[in-house]
Formats: sequence, C-alpha cells, structure tokens
Amino acid sequence: MDTRDTAEQAELRRAARQLARELGPATVADLDDATRTKRLAAAVRDAGWLELRDDDGSGSPIAGGVEAAIVVEALGATVADVACSGPLLAGDLARRARVEHDNAAVVFAPTLVDAARGTDAHTNEEGYAVDCGGDVDLAYVVVPDGKGYRLALARIDGAPGGADLTRVVRRTSVGAELAAVPAQQRHLTPDDLARWHALGLALTSADLVGVMRGVLDITVAYAAERRQYGVPIGSFQAVQHLLAEAHTLMEGSSSVALHASWAVDNLGPEAAVEAGRVAKAYCARAARTVCETAIQVHGGIGNTWECLAHVYLRRALLSTQWFGDDGEQLLHLRRDRLGGTDGLS
Amino acid sequence: MDFRDSPAEAEFRARLHAWIAENNPGLPTSSTADEYWARQAEWHTALYDGGFFGLSWPKRFGGHELPTVFDVILDEELASAGAPPRPSLGYLVQGISTHGSDAIKDRFLPGLISGRDRWCQGFSEPDAGSDLASLRTTATRDGDEYVIDGHKIWTSYSDVADWCFLLARTEHDVPKHKGLSAFAVSMHQPGIEQRPLRMINGITKEFGQVLFDGARVPAENMIGAPGEGWRVAMTIVSHEREPGELGYVARYAKTVNQLERTVRAGPGAYRADQMDAVAWAHVQTEMLRLHVCRRLSERLEGTDHGPGGSVDKLLMTWVEQSVGAADLAISGPNAAVDADDVALKVYLYSRAQSVMGGTSQIQKNIVATRILGLPTT
Repeated sequence: MDTRDTAEQAELRRAARQLARELGPATVADLDDATRTKRLAAAVRDAGWLELRDDDGSGSPIAGGVEAAIVVEALGATVADVACSGPLLAGDLARRARVEHDNAAVVFAPTLVDAARGTDAHTNEEGYAVDCGGDVDLAYVVVPDGKGYRLALARIDGAPGGADLTRVVRRTSVGAELAAVPAQQRHLTPDDLARWHALGLALTSADLVGVMRGVLDITVAYAAERRQYGVPIGSFQAVQHLLAEAHTLMEGSSSVALHASWAVDNLGPEAAVEAGRVAKAYCARAARTVCETAIQVHGGIGNTWECLAHVYLRRALLSTQWFGDDGEQLLHLRRDRLGGTDGLS
Repeated sequence: MDFRDSPAEAEFRARLHAWIAENNPGLPTSSTADEYWARQAEWHTALYDGGFFGLSWPKRFGGHELPTVFDVILDEELASAGAPPRPSLGYLVQGISTHGSDAIKDRFLPGLISGRDRWCQGFSEPDAGSDLASLRTTATRDGDEYVIDGHKIWTSYSDVADWCFLLARTEHDVPKHKGLSAFAVSMHQPGIEQRPLRMINGITKEFGQVLFDGARVPAENMIGAPGEGWRVAMTIVSHEREPGELGYVARYAKTVNQLERTVRAGPGAYRADQMDAVAWAHVQTEMLRLHVCRRLSERLEGTDHGPGGSVDKLLMTWVEQSVGAADLAISGPNAAVDADDVALKVYLYSRAQSVMGGTSQIQKNIVATRILGLPTT
C-alpha cells in the first residue's frame, strides 16, 4: 500500500492545476470572455485529457480513474468552464461498448442519477446531457436487450442551461428518435455499467474536492485582506473556526475521493460502486458546508452575483446531484449493508 | 497510487489474521467498561509478544522496522475480528525518540513498547487545560534529583502506571513556555497520591488525578534539555492527535460492524433515519480509514505532518461522535431506560473526544493560524 501519487501522477496534477489556474475564470466577468473559454477548451482538448478513458487500442482505457480524477479536481478548483467529466464518461461508456467514439455526450435520466434508458426507436423519458461540449449534438442512451445493454444515439435538442454557470446541461425530449450507433458494438454487461457508475461517482466526488479547495483558497485570501474594526476579519476566532472546519472537511473529502478514483479500475464492480458511494456521500455533505461557509465569510459581497463564491456553490450543486446526492448514496449504502428496503422500490 | 497489499503486506495480514483468531481476548468495547481498561495491559503484552505491535519502530527498541502503512493493516484486522484496538501510546514513543538522549531511549523505549512498563502522561492540571503552558507543578533541583510538587489531572491509567511522562516547571523567571522540563518519574514511590475520576459514562479506570507531594526524580531522567519541556510536549500532543498513531479506526469500525449486524438481524424494526445514522457512521469511519492510509503513506518518506495532526484530530472527533450518535440512535428508548445500556456509554464517552488531546477549538485555532496562515490579533 502506498497511496502517494506516482511521479507521473504528480506531474499530471501539477500540469492540470497550472493550466486551470492560467485559463480558468479569475472573476465572474471572465465567464463571458469567449476568447478565454475557447483557449481553455482547446488547451484541455490538446492535452488529451478528454480522452483519458477512451480505448487505448486494447480495450483498456488510456489512463486510470486516478488520472481522470486528478484532472477533474484541478478544473473544479478554478471553476474552469470547460466540459471534462462529461466527455470522460462518454468515452468510458463508448469504450466498454466498443463503439467508435466521436464526440457524443451521455443522456441522463431526469434524476441525473444514471444514464437514461431507451427502447429501440426512441427515448422513454425526458433526459439531460450533462457537461457536454458546446459543439456536441448527439448523446448515448442505454438500450436494454436480451444479452445486456447496447448504446443508441439521441439528438440533443434543448438549449444550454442549468444552475452551474461553468458546465452546460441540455435537455433531450421524451420520445426523441434514436439512431443506431454505426459501428459494430459489444453488449454492455451490468458489470460494465457498474464500473461506469463508479467512475461517475469518483469524478463528481473529485470535482467537489476541487470546488472545496478552490473556494477555500479565495475565501481564506478574502478573510486575510478584508478589514473590520481595524483588523482583518480572518483574525477573529469566529471566522477562523469556520474556515478551519471547512479546510478539515476538504482534507477528509480528498482522502475518500482518492480511494474512489483508484477503486474504479482496481476493485470489483460492486466494491468500486460502494467506494464511490462512500466518497460521494462524504464529499457532497462537505462541499455544501464549505461553499455555504465561503459565502458567509464573504459577507454581503458573498451574496452578490459578482462574487465567485456562488459560482463554486452552483458547481457543487450540479456535481452533488449528478450520479446522486448524499441522501441517494446513504439510501443505497443502507440497503446494501443493512438490508433495509425503506424508500426503495 | 495503490491501496492494495503488497505481497509482504498480504503475508503479514494473513499471519495477523490467524493470530487474532487464536488470541482475541474478547474484551468489551473499550470506552464502556472498566474490565477493558483493567485488562488492557494483558492485551498489550499479548499483541507485542505475538510480534504485532511497534510495527514501524526501530528493532533496537523492540519494534519491527516495517513501513508505516503496516499499522493500517493492523487496525483493519483488529476491527474486522472485533478485537481491542492496539495500545495508544505511539505519541509517547515519538516524544522520547525525538527528544530523549540515547541513554533515555535505551532505558525507556523497550519497556514502553513491549508493555512491560506502563506509562501515563502528566501534562494537564486543574488550572492548566487548553493553556497548558501555565501549568504550576514544580520540579525543584535538590542535588542529583528534582523534587516534584503539584496536581495533575486527566492522567489516563495513572493508577496502573509504572512511569509518568511529567511536564513540570523548572525555571520561574522566564516566559511561561520556556520554564518547563519533561521527566520520566517513577510512580512507585511515596509522595504520590492517586484520585480516580468517574467519567460521565460511569467508567473509573481510565482517567485519574495525581497529586505529587515531594516525589523525587533523578536528574538523569529528564527527557530533553532543561527548559525544553514545551517543545517535548508539542511533539507529543501533535502525535497524540493523529488517528494513525492512536489506532482508533479499529475501535470505530468495530462499533459500526456491531451496529450493522444488529440492524441486519431485523431491519424491519428500524426507521429510515436510524439506518441513515448507521450508514453515515460507516461513511465517516471509511473516510478516516482512508485518511490514515494517506497519512501513513505520506510518512513513508518521513513527512512530519506537524499542524496537520490538528486536521486529523478534528476528523477523528467527528467520526467518533458520528459513531456514538449512530449507536444512540439504534438503541432508541433503551438508552433512556437502561443505565447500563452499552450504546448510552459509547455515546457519552464520544463527547470527550472533542476535549481530550486538545479541544476542537484549540485544533481549529491551530489549523487557522498555522495551516491557513490567518492573522492573529
């Protein structure tokens, strides 16, 4: 056992953090800077980070869940407004189905907890393409058939929207026509979907860790600089204790999220999902507290649109719901570990 | 990054697993019964004689010089077998190793690690809790000895201790942090009075008060230099805050395992919120287990976490109190009608975790100023 980064992982972490710092938004106004967002999207694409879970030619992913989580966490820390988790998850699903992957997203069920299911001809329910790139207009739907599952393609017809100002959510209509995926594909097994689910839990947890790290950085800096009663507000114990607690929650989240990202490729499918659920439950609760603390410490300004704190909170809200919030994870953990069936159909 | 056992770790785990199956003393949950504390010494020597304690410490002192992460395996296996946690004394070993002379280390570490010598820690006083440096116990030089006078409190296992790791004031005309020195004081002498404390869950065998009235300690038993006591104390308390040093993950996981077994035996009897409390306690305990994996991995390269111990102490406290709350939730009305209810005792004991080893408020002060770099007024 040695949970430290390898030299390659440490280098990836350094590079991803540097890129996210240089090209992520430094202010809320920066979110409207189209030149910057284009440069950010190009830099992330050119680094090859969107393809980390694509097929390396042998059926394995180009990189592990750990590497994918390292990139996602770095982007979350600067609320980088670029699609990353969405493309990674689409690439992972396409790889498992041996589908020639070409810049499609994944349709999620309205609860955002799992990939939307369809029939041969059309989608069964309204769905959402989460964190899809601006130029993506097709998305995978999971279609059950006799031998397991296969993928079909739905057109994304809704306009970009959602609470998160940094990642795009687009609606897909109920009954949307499905097109067959062109290339020959392998049937997805329940284990495939479980591992893919584990990746989703790990990446959304990693994003939440990044969000916590980033929002704490700006909040600690603000507390050291903002003065009241002639002294920095960060010198007051009442404020210090809020921030210390938030930092501690971030550190605990980081430990549990690291394990979930490692588990994706290294534990059995059920154990990988459970590791993801444990991480997501912890990170979701922690991130909510940390982001709310950040807004509180920023005071009145923290409640204005111009303060980045709400951009972090909004991002946390999407990452929390995507693949299920803490309550959803606890529900499954208690069903799996305690045998309780309450609240589950 | 790899959370898996290496071949050597897997071999160790299998050997340990078999040993515990043979040697589990089946003691009650540590925090709830005097029997546990009374038989702790037996468990310590059994674990040590089996070759499973002091895993990362030098062979010269009875350790095994294994990588730090072997303690993760020890905690995991103890928890899954429902065995008592490992003895929590790594912080004293760290204190003596860091500040003691070779003579002090050779003399005291082997007995401390093997469990042949029992130790207690005399730091806190009735008027020196969070403000430890204001302590008033004095050590006055008298020839080759020092004479100890004062009153210590929260001295765990003082009634069974052979030695006390004592912090006392040796100089009076210097700032309060600079006049302290540390000593290994024999508990077997006149001039020492024991007064056990009864804690809110009823146990009497863990915490005590110790009154020193003319007790004597040879000058050669000083640990560190004269006036170095504060630094020695800070080394000890920073490690006393580390769950990786204390092995408490095993205690929490053992309780959560018991709660899960209870609920599984009849889930229909529990409301959703009660089951959520257990699921959350599991999430918290797993978080701490993985956090300890991370910390002990970082220590493979000798990283000293310093103020990071305060982060770990806060995490550990939240975990212990989540576990205590889950136990109380599952027990339901029984904890209110039965004074001997184990869940009641676990819950009540868990409230001490945010005080012992430095209050949560002190930990937050340390995190805010030394890790986050916030200004002090």
